[in-house]
Amino acid sequence: MSVLIVGLPLLAAIVCMLVRKKLWLSVTSVSSSLLLVLMVGSLLLNVDPAVSPAVYPMSGWGAPLGIELSVDGLSLIMLFVTSLVVLLLSVYSTYYFNVSEQHIRFWPLWWFLIAGLNVAFIARDAFNIYVALEMIGLAAVALVAVAKKRAALVAALRYAMVGLVGSLCYLLGIALLYRLYGTLDLSMLANLAEPSLSTSVALCLISLGLLLKTALFPFHFWLPPAHASAPAPVSAALSALVVKASFYLLLRFWLEVLAPSVSAGAANVVGVLGACAIIWGSLCAYRATRLKLVVAYSTVAQLGYLFLVFPIALAGDPELGFRSGAVAAVAYFVIAHALAKSAMFLAAGNILASTGNDDIRQFSGFASRQPIAVFTIAIAGISLIGLPPSGGFIAKWLLLTAAVESQQWWWLVVMLVGGLLTALYLFRILGIAFEQNQPLAKGSNFLVLPKPMVFCGLALALLAIAGGFNAEWVIQLIDQDMSSLHGMGVAS
Amino acid sequence: MQELMYSAGGVALFGVGLYGLIVAGHIIRKLIAVNISGIGVFMFLLATASHVELTDPVPHAMVLTGIVVAVAGTALCLWLVLQIHAVDVASKELPK
Repeated sequence: MSVLIVGLPLLAAIVCMLVRKKLWLSVTSVSSSLLLVLMVGSLLLNVDPAVSPAVYPMSGWGAPLGIELSVDGLSLIMLFVTSLVVLLLSVYSTYYFNVSEQHIRFWPLWWFLIAGLNVAFIARDAFNIYVALEMIGLAAVALVAVAKKRAALVAALRYAMVGLVGSLCYLLGIALLYRLYGTLDLSMLANLAEPSLSTSVALCLISLGLLLKTALFPFHFWLPPAHASAPAPVSAALSALVVKASFYLLLRFWLEVLAPSVSAGAANVVGVLGACAIIWGSLCAYRATRLKLVVAYSTVAQLGYLFLVFPIALAGDPELGFRSGAVAAVAYFVIAHALAKSAMFLAAGNILASTGNDDIRQFSGFASRQPIAVFTIAIAGISLIGLPPSGGFIAKWLLLTAAVESQQWWWLVVMLVGGLLTALYLFRILGIAFEQNQPLAKGSNFLVLPKPMVFCGLALALLAIAGGFNAEWVIQLIDQDMSSLHGMGVAS
Repeated sequence: MQELMYSAGGVALFGVGLYGLIVAGHIIRKLIAVNISGIGVFMFLLATASHVELTDPVPHAMVLTGIVVAVAGTALCLWLVLQIHAVDVASKELPK
């Protein structure tokens, strides 16, 4: 089954390369993404705590010689969020691109991107992960450039450079690990690796590569232009999924594979950078004048929260409860942010598509003209700010609890200030949108968008809220992971 | 000894490439710098292959894959540069 999770997107990519009719491209893509949701959903329903992580040796060859795939709770969560977002974005994209040339270019790249993401989530081999990173990187760059606008091309070029350097750092890191321990299998590395200077250098290189790709402050410089100038469904996928893939790998290396080599100092440095990202990203989002740029800077800020997990989870004894609490919180952040941010990018894309520009200063009275787009932004905003009841609220609550339990109250301050700043830049947009005084300017005509385009964004936003009601399920999956990781058997 | 020399050379090349990427002003120079970094990493991997008694084939496979990726990435970047150039030329020809 887990082989199919990678195989299906690859197959879809090849089919999309062969068929060049818009109708068939759409049919293939929507049906494949539906199938993907069903497949991951069935894996999720049949998860057996006794055999988690479930390991699949590719074509029957086991770890030292062959390559293994493995599925555990965290990777299932990532896979499920990815498939869900991909389904709605695929439906949206069938309506979004109106030039058939763009359809032909977009769909194969889209499916290569998803195949890369899925590999990254279930790979157990460090070099396999490198290949997945490159697949994601190259496909993402090409997707940003799909519309061939100048701003998008320049942003894509910068993104490509950063991506290449990031994966080279990662490759050098795992080359060093291979020289030290003679294996690339993550489980074997986790058993063999001992804290030493060489291991720390390897960890630094791997982390540097992945941090570049995750756009942690101060490596975020490439993100806002790339995410803001890409076509709407691409922006949504980049913010919701692509940066999460490299973060997920970082989490694996820091908490699992090379955990003994991670020092408290390193964790605190990353935590402080995360805090800077929250503040700086939010301030930039407040000052930005284009809607898509606001949303992109908001991604920089929200990514900062994810990195707070490291100082919180790595403080003290790994067997204490708050570590699994912190990881559950970060998994929740990933879910909530993926859904809310893709909703917001689709709403921004709809506004851009129907009016031809997304300058916030011309938003006056927008709420009465595009009520559903503004409503989508408002609902997704609830989750981003972290107001109850929403996925974002649960995520923040879990992280706050873990921070208190690990006796690091100062992260609380960062989270609360971050929430206030998020409210500030979102209410600024909504405030302008709800202004009533300005009559419709002459000559400004609105393109009426197809209904599915409008409702895909709304559906994602509503899912982000619905995420607030499924906390138990996520916490349970993560608890299983953490207990099997520390050899304590299945905790009840 | 020889193996150590090649490893050090590889790491040095990687560093030279990174430095070049940061200081170079022209985009093609930056791209070449990234490629030099890549070659440094590959050199390091090759030196790793002779780290054990019998030559280890795994790093060779990694280098081959790495080369393919580097070629694809460079091609993509060059295509982007050409597209940007084409857009610039087209916008100059249009009467403002």
